[in-house]
Amino acid sequence: MTSATPSLLSPEAAGPAQRSALADLTQETLALTRRLFLQLARRPSTLVAGVLQPLIWLILFGALFANAPEGLLPEGMSYGRFLGAGVIVFTAFSAALNAGLPVMFDREFGFLNRLLVAPLRSRSSIVLASVLYITALSLVQSVAIMATAWGLGYGWPGGAGLLLVLVTLLLLVFAVTGLSLGLAFALPGHIELIAVIFVANLPLLFASTALAPLSFMPAWLGWLAALNPLTFAIEPIRAAYAGHFSLSAVVLEAPYGAVSSAGCLGVLAALALGLFLLIRPLLDRKLA
Amino acid sequence: MTKAATHPVLELENVCKRFGKGEKAVEALQGLSLQVPRGSLFGLLGPNGAGKTTTLRILATLLAPCSGTVRVAGVDALQDPRQVRERLGYVAQEVALDKILSGRELLQLQGDLYHLQRSQRDQRITELIDLLAMGDWIDRRSGTYSGGMRRRLDLACGLLHRPEVLVLDEPTVGLDIESRSAIWAVLRQLRDQGTTVLLSSHYLEEVDALADQLAIIEGGRVIAAGQPSELKAALGGDRVTLRVREFSDEPEALRVQQLVQSCPGVRQVVVNRAQGYSLNLVVEHDGVVEQLRRQLAEAALPVFALAQSRPSLDDVYLQATGRTLMDAELAVAGSRDPKAERKQSMR
Repeated sequence: MTSATPSLLSPEAAGPAQRSALADLTQETLALTRRLFLQLARRPSTLVAGVLQPLIWLILFGALFANAPEGLLPEGMSYGRFLGAGVIVFTAFSAALNAGLPVMFDREFGFLNRLLVAPLRSRSSIVLASVLYITALSLVQSVAIMATAWGLGYGWPGGAGLLLVLVTLLLLVFAVTGLSLGLAFALPGHIELIAVIFVANLPLLFASTALAPLSFMPAWLGWLAALNPLTFAIEPIRAAYAGHFSLSAVVLEAPYGAVSSAGCLGVLAALALGLFLLIRPLLDRKLA
Repeated sequence: MTKAATHPVLELENVCKRFGKGEKAVEALQGLSLQVPRGSLFGLLGPNGAGKTTTLRILATLLAPCSGTVRVAGVDALQDPRQVRERLGYVAQEVALDKILSGRELLQLQGDLYHLQRSQRDQRITELIDLLAMGDWIDRRSGTYSGGMRRRLDLACGLLHRPEVLVLDEPTVGLDIESRSAIWAVLRQLRDQGTTVLLSSHYLEEVDALADQLAIIEGGRVIAAGQPSELKAALGGDRVTLRVREFSDEPEALRVQQLVQSCPGVRQVVVNRAQGYSLNLVVEHDGVVEQLRRQLAEAALPVFALAQSRPSLDDVYLQATGRTLMDAELAVAGSRDPKAERKQSMR
């Protein structure tokens, strides 16, 4: 204890070296993100299932409606190409909706407490790591779907179109990840969270323009689809796939009016911001 | 010991903690006050549900008290919890590991969360692997570890950043003798090298064997505190355990209690329900035991067993609460609500 050189178990005479808050935040966020990627690498079933499910949708639904009458879809588009945008968005949406599950398991098994007794520079790093991980995961899955769709002859967006696709997906993933993390802290356990995910997933898909255009739907469903955040992600991507990329071009003829690509992105950005502001008090309370 | 060495490194003053609201509210801590001297190995003894875990979780900044003050190494835990976290290592009762990561990866994660530089982190991990004899299995996934391995890894996580204070919640529950001895040895080394160690336990022999000082908690309050030897010596007299037959029933035990209470030199008689309705007596000197035998014989009561011993920590507990630690454990066993406790531990 009194020796000049600290022995193996003696408490450190001086605290850790003084470092910037940003360096600490980066170190803890990267460490937490690395943990999630290590889990994924050793349990790749999440990634495989996340790619396989939308591929099956793409192949089966594409085949089911391959002989749809001409004129059913806007601009004589093939159903496969029409469906591609919906499946890409659904893939990213599903991945983001599951973002809260690892956090919920950490809460239940006490691992979160291990993180909370550490002198984290900001406990936002726990949330930030989840956002980074889910964003990367959903982008990888989406790119895999896009490549498959291209292989099936459903097209590929051009350079600017690809950028639009990525920005749209990022906004959607941020919004839904925020929602899922909020639910992970608000609900009592993983059973309840999985139930919410099950209930939300397919109805949101069917009540969007992923599988059919608005003109194909009864009026009440058309209204629902025109208010559904998934639709605001699907339509700009669909326009990018159709090859006429323009932020000001109208991509959605909703019952309440026409919406451009920029309008859709604005709605998604507002949604992401709104959801993060909404869950922030909850996160502040739970991580305080 | 120098003045600096005896100055408290952990101070809790009049700490209250309540879980829930209304009729279902549980008062876990009711004005608990405690001082742990720097460099000591301090035991927190009490039955399940006494408030030990809540106390340790408050010290680890996982819980905020409803009222009272908490200071760790001079830092107000409520005002500056981050600084407290830098100075304190916490080893929880439930070992929370990420089963899919190896022990080394968990230690690396822990090091990064404490902002250790990579070279410093890796060197420290190597040292702790050697110290806790984890070399053979540290690169295996932690999901395959035994309870003893998990506990050693958890201890390594708590020590990684060289904390001034190490807080351990029931560190040896469910462990085999070898693992328990290994952990005891490390805790003694820690104390000898200057780290303050606070451990909770409901094992009397653990606290007796390890602790320089202890506090007994009951109902969310400290009911006795001091050095184990002093507390035991302060009781005076000898302890006698009496059984008139192997398994008595309560009426018989009460009858014998009434009889021996009248014997001169017998200071206290308690019926020990957990031990087959045996009687725990405090006697003033050896002669009382002979007198006791004669009195039982005159009353035509058999003596199945009669053992005499110096006061133990269980006697300290008995003196302070009027019941043995085991009786206290049994009393709360049926009234605990695992669901509510799980909810309390979840953020």
